[in-house]
Amino acid sequence: MRHRPRGENIIRFDSVGLRYGLGPEVLRDVTFALPSGSFHFLTGPSGAGKSSLLRLMYLGLRPTRGRVVLFDRDIATTRRYELPALRRRIGVVFQEFRLLDHLTALDNVALPLRVRGVRESEIRKHVPELLSWVGLADQLGAKPSTLSGGQKQRVAIARAVIGRPDLLLADEPTGNVDDHIAMRLMYLFEELNKLGTTIVVATHNESLVSRFSHNPRLHLEHGQVTRVN
Amino acid sequence: MFGRHSDLPLAGDATSRFLPWLVALMVFLAAMAVSGAFAVDEVMSRWDHDVSGTVTVQVLPAGGDRAEAATEDRVRQAVDLMRLVPGVLAVRAMDKARTLALLEPWLGGTDVVRDLPLPRLIDVTIDPDARIDLAEIADRLSRTVPGASLDDHRVWLSRLVNLSRTMEWLAIVVVGLIGLVTSATVVYATRTGMAVHHDIIEVLHLIGAHDDYIARQFADRAFVLGLGGGLFGLAMAVPALSALGWAARRLEGGFLPSIGMPIAGYVVLGLLPVLAAGLAMLTARLTVHGALARMP
Ligand SMILES: Nc1ncnc2c1ncn2[C@@H]1O[C@H](COP(=O)(O)OP(=O)(O)OP(=O)(O)O)[C@@H](O)[C@H]1O
Ligand SMILES: [Mg+2]
Repeated sequence: MRHRPRGENIIRFDSVGLRYGLGPEVLRDVTFALPSGSFHFLTGPSGAGKSSLLRLMYLGLRPTRGRVVLFDRDIATTRRYELPALRRRIGVVFQEFRLLDHLTALDNVALPLRVRGVRESEIRKHVPELLSWVGLADQLGAKPSTLSGGQKQRVAIARAVIGRPDLLLADEPTGNVDDHIAMRLMYLFEELNKLGTTIVVATHNESLVSRFSHNPRLHLEHGQVTRVN
Repeated sequence: MFGRHSDLPLAGDATSRFLPWLVALMVFLAAMAVSGAFAVDEVMSRWDHDVSGTVTVQVLPAGGDRAEAATEDRVRQAVDLMRLVPGVLAVRAMDKARTLALLEPWLGGTDVVRDLPLPRLIDVTIDPDARIDLAEIADRLSRTVPGASLDDHRVWLSRLVNLSRTMEWLAIVVVGLIGLVTSATVVYATRTGMAVHHDIIEVLHLIGAHDDYIARQFADRAFVLGLGGGLFGLAMAVPALSALGWAARRLEGGFLPSIGMPIAGYVVLGLLPVLAAGLAMLTARLTVHGALARMP
């Protein structure tokens, strides 16, 4: 965990615009800042641009205009070879999971550690521990194709948090699981948040948002941020 | 290299099936070109040795009233010309008395012989390390000095040596082209592999993999495929080369020096599969780096 005074911004967007190819702007004049250690919901109707906004945050896309500052680094002026180090401080739960189908649950979760060159002995120790925590102790060797939607989602979440990220971005992480599991995942996120991880959870699940209404909310409507609190 | 960790399921790609065959063919062809070049080089260095040492210039006697003086003049011109050739150590015209002495065993030592218009000979000593184009000098000599010519047999050998040098260059060009074709194929195969595994590559990229982490996996795979194909190609080339060598030995009626390859030739042949594999590895790595540089 890096030493970062709470309250400093971990990410900041200044008048950011995004379009795909020659299409219309799907994000317009997006300006906000997330303080380090905060836990935000990102809400908005389908097609509002939630996934696109997260993609900009995890450096999967460059904005077509405006400025993105991540971990105090202006992304536009950051050298390419420095980006992997920034990406390793971000954990992502993709909306469509993006698990590697030919790898077991264990190997999928181990991926961020392997990319960092972590020793195999460490991997064998920490990965099964985390998978048990998300209730998949008996699925370590299962391939994604044999897992249910909810199980896949938990593998995806385990992969996102295994590297103890400073920033966790989750796109509809509770979309495919029952209420009980959804609560368990939210508690896992809260636990991580207490340890210092800044969290953004994109969701349309209003009941979830209201149950955790103490968390601030970033609301997107037609590509624009309409409410930050 | 082997047993290194890989997250990309490259072993199942179509590339795995065609790349080794292509590399096998390329190594086979390269083995042919390389052993051809080495065999020619071996033959050439022996001929070259024969050619170096000394050559003889023959000057035909001039006719007319002042025949004697005119012939002397030709000899002087030929000597002057040969002295200016780089790599020539000494030029010595044989005087008439010495020529007669040389001919005595055949013609006898009578006065009749003494008055015959005999051709004059010039001994030319050549630096054995200098590569002299005798054919070109022979042309120059016969153009500038009437009646002068260079020892025929040696000029012919010199022409052969020139030809074999050309063939060596040709072999180098052929091996270069083979390398290019191999590289181009590896580029194509790697690009195809990257397109097939685009999703996986993107995930690795997004969780913070350095470009080389991804490139290395493609490079390792290309090395393994290249080495396997290369070894197979070499294994095919060995019997083919033995058969050629055997056929050449049967042809040799003492006229051609025996055809063989120096140790260096065998070393280069043995290295071909490793070189091919190394080339495939490097090409794959650079291709992946080039493609990844376009990702955000
Ligand atoms: N790769 C893409 N190429 C072109 N247009 C895209 C692409 N991805 C998203 N869009 C468009 O961008 C807009 C925002 O999409 P986005 O996926 O960000 O919305 P979202 O809020 O995540 O929706 P949902 O709640 O359904 O997941 C949509 O109009 C969508 O069609
Ligand atoms: Mg979405």
